[in-house]
Amino acid sequence: MRYALRRIVGIVPVLFCTWTIVFAVMQIIPGDPVNLMLAGVPASETVRANERHRLGLDRPLGERYVTFLWRAAQGDFGDSYRSRQPVTRLIAEQAGATLQLAAGGLVVAVVLGLGLGLIAGLKPNSWRDTLCMTIALAGVSMPSFWIGMLLIYVFGMTLAWVPIASSGVMGLILPSITVGLFIAGGFARLVRASIIDAMAQDYVRTASAKGLTRSRVVLKHALRNAIIPPITLLGIQIAVLIGGAVVTENVFARPGLGTMLVDAVLNKDLPLVQGLVVYTTAAYVIINLIVDLLYGVIDPRVRAERLA
Amino acid sequence: MKRAWAFLRRFASHPGALAGLIILLILLGAAIFAPSLAPFDPADNDAGPQLSAPDATYWFGVDLHGRDIFSRVLWGGRYSLAVGVATICLALVFGSGVGIFLGFIGGKIDAIGSRAIDVLLGFPAVVLAILVVVVLGVGLINVAIAVALAQVPRFARVVRSDVLVVKQLPFIEAAHSLGAGSARIMLRHLLPNIVPTLVVLGTLNLGEAILQTATLSFLGLGAQPPTSEWGAMLNDGRDYMRYAPWMMLFPGLALFLASMSVNLIGDRLSQLLDPRSLRR
Repeated sequence: MRYALRRIVGIVPVLFCTWTIVFAVMQIIPGDPVNLMLAGVPASETVRANERHRLGLDRPLGERYVTFLWRAAQGDFGDSYRSRQPVTRLIAEQAGATLQLAAGGLVVAVVLGLGLGLIAGLKPNSWRDTLCMTIALAGVSMPSFWIGMLLIYVFGMTLAWVPIASSGVMGLILPSITVGLFIAGGFARLVRASIIDAMAQDYVRTASAKGLTRSRVVLKHALRNAIIPPITLLGIQIAVLIGGAVVTENVFARPGLGTMLVDAVLNKDLPLVQGLVVYTTAAYVIINLIVDLLYGVIDPRVRAERLA
Repeated sequence: MKRAWAFLRRFASHPGALAGLIILLILLGAAIFAPSLAPFDPADNDAGPQLSAPDATYWFGVDLHGRDIFSRVLWGGRYSLAVGVATICLALVFGSGVGIFLGFIGGKIDAIGSRAIDVLLGFPAVVLAILVVVVLGVGLINVAIAVALAQVPRFARVVRSDVLVVKQLPFIEAAHSLGAGSARIMLRHLLPNIVPTLVVLGTLNLGEAILQTATLSFLGLGAQPPTSEWGAMLNDGRDYMRYAPWMMLFPGLALFLASMSVNLIGDRLSQLLDPRSLRR
């Protein structure tokens, strides 16, 4: 419990750093925010000055920084230049779609990665190993937007098995595969290495010698020990999942945070970019914290170490 | 020379690595000799009938603007592969610079620097790259810089941990006692000793760098049409998928083969060169 508390407190400086970086990046972007906001609409000098005042751009840099941090801590990133809506509300509206996609991608990654990794790792250097690892390598080597297009073409257009543009569960299948395949590749490779290691351990031999069935030895003894490194990888891969969502949403023309980010960048909608980056990083940090705390649940050795 | 040959033979004894090497050489050759190999000018709008399917004249078909896709894929390798390699070189220079510095200097600066690296690693690479594009503007070169910067923390972290090990070895102490300065030790003693790590790191990340620059071009942030960069070509092809799937099939295949071959080579190199995988 104390460990958990210490870790939770530990994410504060990380978030602080991110906000500072985001703030700094926004400062060095060329161009007057008011011009960006007016987007070419002619306006008198008074209007501009009023806008500047309203946005607080006439304050000194230090004060702006403190205001930014204070508001960011409350989840307030101002209004989008384009839609004039609060950034946080816009993000909240779209977050659901992206979360669905991320969850779908994660399921694909875990199921496929675990399957390929186990099949390969339980019989190293067999033809099954070679086949599974080739699939895994292809997974990390294929551009995800290309996978998405191929899936749309084959399953959506030619075979017409699944709807291409649908907000239901069916519409989630192809995008989830697109996002998940890349992560599944890396996951499978690590599961394989990890399970080969674990199967060579004494406790696995003991378990087999006790006369346990092979599936019980593998699932209860070997896998439980082998799963820690792959889970760590999964935590880190959350970043890839978020990045993958950007591309996948674009390919499938799905609404979501990724589509929002690309649009915001192309439109130079700075508050929106700011908000999106901060929220994605926060999500990443928090997910990794959860993963870290999960080790203790999975592995009693880790728990003991932390109590010590 | 003899050692290089022996290394190459050991490298090629792995069928996957050999296949990767051959594919990569073909792709590189195609890109380098594109001007003489390509049957048409990649920008020629009258190369053939619009959207016509692959046949004996137009191996990969013709795109919406009547351009020969085979020629464009050949020329596209020049952008995609060159940008990928340039990106990795840039990331290696900055990443190893930061890593060696932090690892060597140690103490408070290292602690703060390492923490900052951890934070940067938390940024999804694509998001970080997009952020850099926001600052620098849209374009292929800016995308290369963006992807390189996004990779720097990863390189820095690995190099730093390597330096921490090498730094403890007796020859560094010997250099110290001979009066070598910090800069000299970093450049002449530490750097050469982490070259294997850099080679492995570079190849392992090259595939991803190629994919990421293509991704940003695909999103419209990198190479702009009519450039025949593979990612941009895929972006061209997406709207005509139903009528002309070859527009997206072949540039994607080229990207896939490029990144797959580099990954195969990287895997083998890390088996052969990375001391960590040897110890295992």
